[in-house]
Amino acid sequence: MKRYDAVVIGAGHNGLANAAYLAKAGLEVVVLEKNDYIGGAAVSRELHEGWTYSNCSYVCSMMRQAIHRDLDLARHGLLLVPYLGTVNFGDGDERLFSYHDEEAAHLELKRHSPHDADAMHRFQTDLMRYSQLIRKTLMRTPPDPTSFRPRDVMEILYLAKQFWSLGEKELYEYVRFFTMSAADFLEDYFENELIKGAMASPGIIGTALGVYSPGSAYILLHHVMGDVDGNIGAWGLARGGMGAISQAIASALREHGGEIRTEAGVQQILVENGKAVGVALENGDEIRAGIVVSNLDAKRTFTQIMDRSDLPDGIYEKAKHFKIRGSSGKVNIALSGMPKFTGVPDNPYLNRGGQAFTGTLETMERAYDCWKRGRWSDDPFIESVIPSAWDPTVAPPGQHWMSNFIQYCPPKLADGPWTPEQRDAFGQTVIDKIERYSPGFRDLIVHMEVRTPHEIENEIGLTEGNIFQGELTIDQLFFNRPFPGYGQYRMPVKNLYMSGSSTHPGGGVSAACGANSAREILRDLRRPNTVPVDDFSDE
Amino acid sequence: MSTPTSESSDRYAGERLKLSPFYPRQEELNIREAWSAWNGYKFAEYYYDTEYEYFCVRNLCGTYDICPMQKYEIRGADAAAMLNRMVTRDIGRIRLDRVAYSVWCTDEGRMIDDGTIFRLAEDRFMLTCGAPCTAWLARSAFGYDDVTVTDITDDLAALSLQGPTSCAVLKKMGLEGIEQAKPFDIRHFPYRGESLMVSRTGFTGDLGYELWIPRHLGLQMWDDLYAAGADYGIQPYGEAATNMARLEAGFIMPAMEFNEALRTVHFEHDQTPFELNLGWLVDFRKPHFNGRSALLEEKRRGPKYTLTKLDVEGNRPADGSYIYANRRCTREVGYVTSAMWSPAVKANIALAMIRTEYLDGPLWAEIYYEKELRQYSRVARCMRRDKPFWTPARARATPPPDY
Repeated sequence: MKRYDAVVIGAGHNGLANAAYLAKAGLEVVVLEKNDYIGGAAVSRELHEGWTYSNCSYVCSMMRQAIHRDLDLARHGLLLVPYLGTVNFGDGDERLFSYHDEEAAHLELKRHSPHDADAMHRFQTDLMRYSQLIRKTLMRTPPDPTSFRPRDVMEILYLAKQFWSLGEKELYEYVRFFTMSAADFLEDYFENELIKGAMASPGIIGTALGVYSPGSAYILLHHVMGDVDGNIGAWGLARGGMGAISQAIASALREHGGEIRTEAGVQQILVENGKAVGVALENGDEIRAGIVVSNLDAKRTFTQIMDRSDLPDGIYEKAKHFKIRGSSGKVNIALSGMPKFTGVPDNPYLNRGGQAFTGTLETMERAYDCWKRGRWSDDPFIESVIPSAWDPTVAPPGQHWMSNFIQYCPPKLADGPWTPEQRDAFGQTVIDKIERYSPGFRDLIVHMEVRTPHEIENEIGLTEGNIFQGELTIDQLFFNRPFPGYGQYRMPVKNLYMSGSSTHPGGGVSAACGANSAREILRDLRRPNTVPVDDFSDE
Repeated sequence: MSTPTSESSDRYAGERLKLSPFYPRQEELNIREAWSAWNGYKFAEYYYDTEYEYFCVRNLCGTYDICPMQKYEIRGADAAAMLNRMVTRDIGRIRLDRVAYSVWCTDEGRMIDDGTIFRLAEDRFMLTCGAPCTAWLARSAFGYDDVTVTDITDDLAALSLQGPTSCAVLKKMGLEGIEQAKPFDIRHFPYRGESLMVSRTGFTGDLGYELWIPRHLGLQMWDDLYAAGADYGIQPYGEAATNMARLEAGFIMPAMEFNEALRTVHFEHDQTPFELNLGWLVDFRKPHFNGRSALLEEKRRGPKYTLTKLDVEGNRPADGSYIYANRRCTREVGYVTSAMWSPAVKANIALAMIRTEYLDGPLWAEIYYEKELRQYSRVARCMRRDKPFWTPARARATPPPDY
């Protein structure tokens, strides 16, 4: 039986990126995937002939340009296209249009509130300042704050220098920012309810928090600090759907000699004498390897595919209580034509962007209340985008597909488990809401895929269907991710590493977690580093 | 010829720009009022957003107005001989309904301009180029009995359609068999009582076509094309997006990569085809042509400078940078002619003229940039690239894919 240098569990985009960098360093690597397709949550699948959905993640801004460039993903078929023109829908007739052009954007805000149009400059400047600091940490391993190793001390000094360069006032603001709610943060800038609602929505996406919950301000930042070609805050679509990202990384991995095995679910990580030595597959096969990398979330890794007795004291409990609450659903809809929305002019640029059914802060908080009571929101926040308006490869000409991300949807219902009937009823709630803004929408539907946290967990293995592999709250960020003391990708068992979004810098299709983890592994193996550094000369 | 207002009541009529036959649609679509000029025509720098238009060319399709491009009809029994004397390529090798890219030079082998030559009949050609060259053509025709050169720029409406969905759009428009056209092929289609000529040519390095029609049908053709392209993301793009696409394709621009020889004041501040990496366009097997002996000598001796594709470290475009052979930037060996961050390739790309003897050594660019009113500089390592940065397979495939 062949013995590998490394085995990576899970062919999500981070697992593939991790493997690609290990393979690039000359290691013999195999990636194991339980499904018969790769990509994890960065996946494109054709479930209805002629339509290709991005079944889970649907847009991207975190993808590290340095990795895109270094692995030559363009040559491997990846094209990221920025999209423009989101419309925010109020509870009634109010609409907020986002224009790419600065003058047009300012005039539009002014239409709603001259005060907020001016305040937007300060808001964006402050966000940019906060983002720049975090962005610099994305491709760096968090320091261990308790360690006196030169490397950790140097990293702490580096960070201190970055923080210090903010100036005293901003330093206080920054620290405050991390514990604030999105709503409180926004109150300091804006007065218009529609604008506040629109700006707050990134603060709750994928998280089991409400706009008024402390910590949601950081989530907001996490969603606006990404970029497309250096345009911070911009979002892009992958041509061919998000699976194109995973496919391109997989292609780079194969070029470097790496292997991918699908339908190879892992039953157990094998540990001998306190060291990870390989994995046992669900089909009974064993694969031996020098190191084992889990791309699964922390909870799944330590509570489902490891023997509790192989773990040091306390780790099982930490994993069990790792905060990874599902809060969102996804409804992918194939449409026979482009839906028309009330109150939106027939401007093709606007109608090709996204739709955010945000309402006000109050609307979103009410939606959260439903989640707390174990129900899906009866008036949910929906973030939609129609990728086919930009991507000629994902639907037949003139026909479309609409990606709808829904907040909130609980992993378990108060009145019993998820059933197919309950799932469909959830889907109907979503369609009812869209129909409110787009009469006749229902008649355009050709096919739909409804995914509650239950489906997301069962199909792609994200515990509770949490899209970030664990909440992005400060207790679980940076050197605390996934657990305090294990923020450097090395796990409590020797030769065991993690590479998924349960590690720093967290959720999002960035490939940074996988790449950072590869850098640490190569360091331990005393191999030359193959992982690029992030370049910020454009900032 | 239409001018914005031809009535004598417009006291500035004499200095206003000419309008393209597509202007009524362009005016409506240029919502940013971003106009510049090209050969006397009012011309869009961009319509909506440069980056958006660039991505239409790389992801969907876009149209670029080539009405202002100069077009000359060269006909007569001596037409082929005259052109053969003027340009560097062998006209005899251009078959009927084929297009060839070529350059033409002074007797000293310095480049006057580049352009495309369409062979429309045994004795009839169309030559297109970026800048007017009526006088040079007249001079080149001197001594040939049976050749007439006519400037047909304003008789034609011409539109470039570029991008992955361009073939699908033309098929939808009813141009049967267009998918069988190979790169540089010409096809003719009956169109509203006239003939629509389509060449598989372009300036983006991607799949694309150029459409040529009598001027009076221009607007109609625009409308038909846009109706066909509605579901394929069709969008007009301007000069800014063109410049991005052509740089990724490694194509040269006048006043950037080369200074037209007839407009060059200073000695050897113009270029030879060999310096521009266009030696493959110079055919020494054919009889005498302008600049032949000088170019033979240049080929023997090797060009002083060589246009080089660079992948520059970091993501600050190396606009206007000097190139050095050492990191300390004391040995200057060249200069950047065009530079940009390439969104499709995800590389910091540049074209640079580099002294040929330094090509194989290390190359460094000194890049200046501004951040909130303060000037910064960085020195970035440059890697040479032999192939164009953007070369999708679809650009060469026949039939091409639908997207």
